[in-house]
Amino acid sequence: MSKYETVIGLEIHAQLLTESKMFCGCSTKFGNKPNTNICPVCTGQPGVLPVTNKKAIELAIKTAIALSCKIEPSSVFARKNYFYPDLPKAYQVSQYELPLATGGHIEIEVAGQKKRIGIIRVHLEEDAGKLVHQGADRIMGSDSSLVDYNRTGVPLMEIVSEPDIRSPLEAKAFMETLQHLLQFIQVCDAKMEEGSLRCDANISIRPVGDKKLGTKTEIKNMNSFRGVLKALGSEEKRHAEVKEAGGTIIQETRYFDDTTETTTGMRSKESAHDYRYFPEPDLVPVEPEGAWISEIKKTIGELPEAKKQRFETECGLSAADAELLISSPVLAAFFEQAIKLHDKPKIVANWIMGDLTAYLNENKKAIDEIDFTPAQLVEILKSIDKGTISGKIAKTVLVEVLKSGKQVKDVIAESGMTQVSDEGEIIKIIKEVLKHNPGPVAEYKKGKKATIGFLVGQVMKASKGRANPGMANKLLAKLLAES
Amino acid sequence: MHGKTAHELHSLLTNKKISALELTEAVISQIDKVESRVQAYVSINKDQAIKQAKAADERIKNNSNLTPLTGIPVAIKDNMCTKGMLTTCSSKILNNYIPPYNATIVDKIKAAGAVILGKTNMDEFAMGSSTENSGIHPTFNPWNTKTVPGGSSGGSAAAVAADEAILATGSDTGGSIRQPASFCGVVGFKPTYGRVSRYGLVAFASSLDQIGPLTKDVTDTAILMNVLAGHDPKDSTSVNLPVPDYQKALVNDVKKMKIGYIKELLGKGIDKDIKSEIQKAMKKFAELGAELIEVSLPSFEYAVATYYLIAPAEASSNLARYDGVKYGHRSKEAKDLLTMYYNTRREGFGNEVKRRIMIGTYALSAGYYDAYYLKALKVRTLIKEDFAKAFSQCDVLLSPTSPSVAFKVGEKAADPLSMYLSDIATIPVNLAGLPAISLPCGFSQGLPIGLQLVGQAFAEETVLRAAFTFEQNTDWHKQKPSL
Repeated sequence: MSKYETVIGLEIHAQLLTESKMFCGCSTKFGNKPNTNICPVCTGQPGVLPVTNKKAIELAIKTAIALSCKIEPSSVFARKNYFYPDLPKAYQVSQYELPLATGGHIEIEVAGQKKRIGIIRVHLEEDAGKLVHQGADRIMGSDSSLVDYNRTGVPLMEIVSEPDIRSPLEAKAFMETLQHLLQFIQVCDAKMEEGSLRCDANISIRPVGDKKLGTKTEIKNMNSFRGVLKALGSEEKRHAEVKEAGGTIIQETRYFDDTTETTTGMRSKESAHDYRYFPEPDLVPVEPEGAWISEIKKTIGELPEAKKQRFETECGLSAADAELLISSPVLAAFFEQAIKLHDKPKIVANWIMGDLTAYLNENKKAIDEIDFTPAQLVEILKSIDKGTISGKIAKTVLVEVLKSGKQVKDVIAESGMTQVSDEGEIIKIIKEVLKHNPGPVAEYKKGKKATIGFLVGQVMKASKGRANPGMANKLLAKLLAES
Repeated sequence: MHGKTAHELHSLLTNKKISALELTEAVISQIDKVESRVQAYVSINKDQAIKQAKAADERIKNNSNLTPLTGIPVAIKDNMCTKGMLTTCSSKILNNYIPPYNATIVDKIKAAGAVILGKTNMDEFAMGSSTENSGIHPTFNPWNTKTVPGGSSGGSAAAVAADEAILATGSDTGGSIRQPASFCGVVGFKPTYGRVSRYGLVAFASSLDQIGPLTKDVTDTAILMNVLAGHDPKDSTSVNLPVPDYQKALVNDVKKMKIGYIKELLGKGIDKDIKSEIQKAMKKFAELGAELIEVSLPSFEYAVATYYLIAPAEASSNLARYDGVKYGHRSKEAKDLLTMYYNTRREGFGNEVKRRIMIGTYALSAGYYDAYYLKALKVRTLIKEDFAKAFSQCDVLLSPTSPSVAFKVGEKAADPLSMYLSDIATIPVNLAGLPAISLPCGFSQGLPIGLQLVGQAFAEETVLRAAFTFEQNTDWHKQKPSL
């Protein structure tokens, strides 16, 4: 590949987190029975008119600000005309010549190298419906096809990058960073697998050093970060092979196949659409006032990159730890609330990224999907500091609290797992252990001092982990010396 | 009593001289008597009308919630959605379409207590100037049933002229209220674009369409305007301005009013009888104290060409939804999606609609957009500027509504271009979005002549005042056809 340079630009569609659709009051809720979230407007009945969802504009402006874009004083919706059964009006309302925002950028990092990727535009549009085919998986050849208009008119935000991306890895990093940002500012849940974040790519290659762009192909149907990586990897390879063989790349739309991990071209005739765009006469231009934009700006808060920096400098976390914590806005928020109550960021971070994350992964849950608060975590950590429970017990307590949803203090009390720091009681346990382990005791006495580790372990085991480990060590040494 | 105006009938109803039921029955019996010769309606709603009349009588009896429309029989043009009642746009493609919702103006008329008699015939999708393009049947002019009633609101104009309705609604995209009003000797009023909600008006050309009244006199126009006008949150292009009481604008006085007569509309191509009647009307205004000024609107020359790019372009997109997927006609002759589209639209649309869809599709196509659609938008701006210049010298503009009186059935059907040119006086007004009225001002060969008065945007009151004054001092509006 070193002979060629790859040039990639991405077009991202993000489903906005609004309650209602782009141009009518229908719910955007996912998973309802087909054709229940519909009305005359989103099913394109004769005579209906669209009314723009202000919340959708707000969320797109919020995104544009986070991407350092310029909010255009006036943007215009247009009609993109084409016939398809999932498009009830036979046109999609979308911003075309005059988008909501232009000219921003986003910072990505690949192998420790930071890079800025330009954003050409951010604009709003509506989603189409969903077709369900009977007897085939496409409309061609199927016995019949049904249309579900629940998704029709759901607000989508399109983000178009500059062709600044130079490798599939950078493309993947771009998508991850963007996902992250969208989740952070809470405009989109940004799950590629569920389709709330989608991406198409334009890719071309050119000899290293050339300024002129090569012929591009458009890649569709990449439904995961891995898909982005694989699709673009296979496509850049294909471009190089075609060129090496003396062939030419045809400008076309290609579909990525998840199973073969390659792209296949569609007939170019199908992709040669003339959408006959023209300004949507049923809507007035979007002209957001400065005061409103300022209000929206205030709702953004700290962006992920700034937060990461702060976690490193103020909390003393490593770059890797900080990165992990900001990987999810809810996780970062959890961390921040916890350190407010317990000013030991490193310990708090370790617990969150260790046992807590392990539990979440195991149960395939996000932290905001479980009934566990930063205060509860802190209560456990403080119990360790106070010596009420050992660090090891604390792990058990954490899992029990997570599983049962009980109060921390109740879990500690009920399970009898409070730490034993009573000297007499620990001595009693040690005596039992010594009695049952004559072998190791003898070895110890012969000078194999490391055996004490085994014996401490036995004491802890006998006390069901409750013995104060420091005391157990000290007392065991003392008793061994005495016996 | 079916020959009376709404304001006359309102006092008879409230003074209990007649009942709403008697009135509705009288109008129905008039329909029974003349409808076979006029064919004004597409569907008649006798049972519902009787029910609504009885409900109106209850309101009158209890003296509750009375409006000038309570108990008054109204006809609705068949491109305005009526919930549970056929709305066909006089097109085969919608011949079975029953809307799930009411147009905003239908809700308003119902809330005022009016009786909805039925839906009136029109040129298919409001495309035409003679109602000969109806996909259901033609309508005939009550003054001479060998002539056309004009169009596209020919059914509404003929129904009012033949006393088959007391009031009617029409829609006006390029003259579709005013020209049939002129041909049928009734009053027709197109309000300023944005004054009346378009929600539920089946779109022809969204940036030009406007709903307005067809009535027996100017007072009834003001009364119906009081019900129709006003901002509608469901229509983003409806303007949020206070609505005056239009009846209060009816002052019999034009002293010092400056009336500009449009030079270009009193020259070549205007029938000489019409020219002389218009000049008599000008003289009348002068006698009444108005100041007559000659104004020139040179861009009028391009108005028809401009209109026949903008209106078809928007129509080609607006009518794309009639694809057989969701409602209306679906071809039984199709084996796959594409032939379903082709056959449905081939079978469902009439020739004029097809012609305009093709013109509009062409005008919006890649490579032609700038030369046609964009250029048309620029000329539209010039026309607006010409009007603004004219209004810097005068309050109201005056012209004939149509260059000729009602033509013979079939006379222009084979010559669309001469049909298009008959809208020369009305089209510029739509392009500029201004309010304009047509009212009777004389006869030629036994057929009515219409006088057009145009006002500045949202100056409906000035137009109504000038029209009212003319009407009070002439008796053209009292002439009735003998059917």
